[in-house]
Amino acid sequence: MTLLAAAVGAPTSSSADGPTCYSRLTNEWICGQYVKDFRPEIQHATLEHLQITALAIVLGVLIAFPLALVARRYVRLESTVLGVATGIYTIPSLALLPLMVPFTGLSKTTVVIALALYALTILVRAILEGLRGVPDEVVESARGLGYGNTRLLLRVELPLAIPVIMAGLRVATVSTVALTTIGSLVAYGGLGNLIKDGVNSNFRAELFTASVLCVVLAVLLDVVIVTSQRVLTPWTRGGRA
Amino acid sequence: MTVISDAWAYLTTSSNWTGDKGMLHLLTQQLLLTVTALFIAMLVGLPIALWLGHVGRGGFLAINVSNIGRAIPTFALLALFVTADFPGTAEFGPYGRAGLATLLALALFALPPLITNSYVAVRGVPSDVKEAADGMGMTGAQKFFRVELPLALPLVMSGVRLALVQVWATATIAALVAGPGLGRVITDGFFRTNYGKGIAGAIVVGLVALALELVAAGGQRLATPTGAGGSSSKRDPKGEPGMSAAAPTVAAGADAVGAE
Repeated sequence: MTLLAAAVGAPTSSSADGPTCYSRLTNEWICGQYVKDFRPEIQHATLEHLQITALAIVLGVLIAFPLALVARRYVRLESTVLGVATGIYTIPSLALLPLMVPFTGLSKTTVVIALALYALTILVRAILEGLRGVPDEVVESARGLGYGNTRLLLRVELPLAIPVIMAGLRVATVSTVALTTIGSLVAYGGLGNLIKDGVNSNFRAELFTASVLCVVLAVLLDVVIVTSQRVLTPWTRGGRA
Repeated sequence: MTVISDAWAYLTTSSNWTGDKGMLHLLTQQLLLTVTALFIAMLVGLPIALWLGHVGRGGFLAINVSNIGRAIPTFALLALFVTADFPGTAEFGPYGRAGLATLLALALFALPPLITNSYVAVRGVPSDVKEAADGMGMTGAQKFFRVELPLALPLVMSGVRLALVQVWATATIAALVAGPGLGRVITDGFFRTNYGKGIAGAIVVGLVALALELVAAGGQRLATPTGAGGSSSKRDPKGEPGMSAAAPTVAAGADAVGAE
């Protein structure tokens, strides 16, 4: 929201009379009038961007969690799981989306699944590493207190693993926000749609505003995750910045 | 699945590979672009990151450059460069303005993994090894070139490998701004509802990515002294007990250097 204010405040050019700052003639990069005139379009794109990112991250976590548990339980499967997850990362996003279209069509689902697959790589590693980092003596004392497998996982291991998992979640979220723009290939790219349109029609204000909004969105989500981590793990406060 | 057989048909038609708009030509373009972008990024990023690691300061900078880099969509960067006035005319260079814009965007994109990995690698050299080097009367430059760099090389190379594969994969998005490379095959097929062609392009890009990964893995193995396994994950150099997969590699490297 601060960005909108900044963008509006920058060049308060000829508002009513004369060509607007986003007209073909001037075609300025930073243009408050554009933000004002195209507000519904920008809002829609931003919300779509947010929705796609959130769905992809949720789906990614839902897939990554059981995978990490399996990899931890069966040591032989670990390298396979990590290998496949890393392998997915080498598939270019521009290639993955077309590959999925025959199955899921030109839809939001296509983008969400593709992004979730990319997030998977980071998330599986983070969850596995987080659970591994739980000190053995803590696990042993919990067992000594009569904790079963499920209760041990939910009440002891998971809370202790949160800092590492959250670090992975931050990386995954920030890169997913950036990657969502590629979804414009199947017309569901959130702000990426505006960027694509901006390139195709040489519309600088649209292009620049959408790009900046992308970065702002990434930073905002990052802050949200860091804040929620601090709320979730009150015992780490004061430990490190 | 007729789409799959269409893709197969496209791949096996030789006229699709040869000629000015053939896939071989586009593949060469993209390879050239990838290698050049990576080279520029290495030329800029490696000296800075290695020096910061040697001096032992600026870790905040190195890590944050990587984080900010991740938040900027490469597509947005590419779009901005193409639309801007400054990178020369449309006829500039072999591939025009779109090519130059792609090169710049890709070079910037390659910086974060290179910088983080190199910095962490040099910082991760065990302090007792560095102290021993000091004790032997090595100068700063000697210590860097004879001790720190050889020990850091495997992790630096894993950063280069990561960057290479990511740059190759990302280079396809040049097609979104009508730039060079194999991405064109994908977008062409896609926008003209010739899905077979699009998927054929995707398959070729994926296969080359795999091949590059294998070549880079081989290069990384060459850079790793005597049989220490490749350490492909980047880690912070805090060296917490029980969470160190990178540490054993560096320690094993130290043994190898000591034995020579």
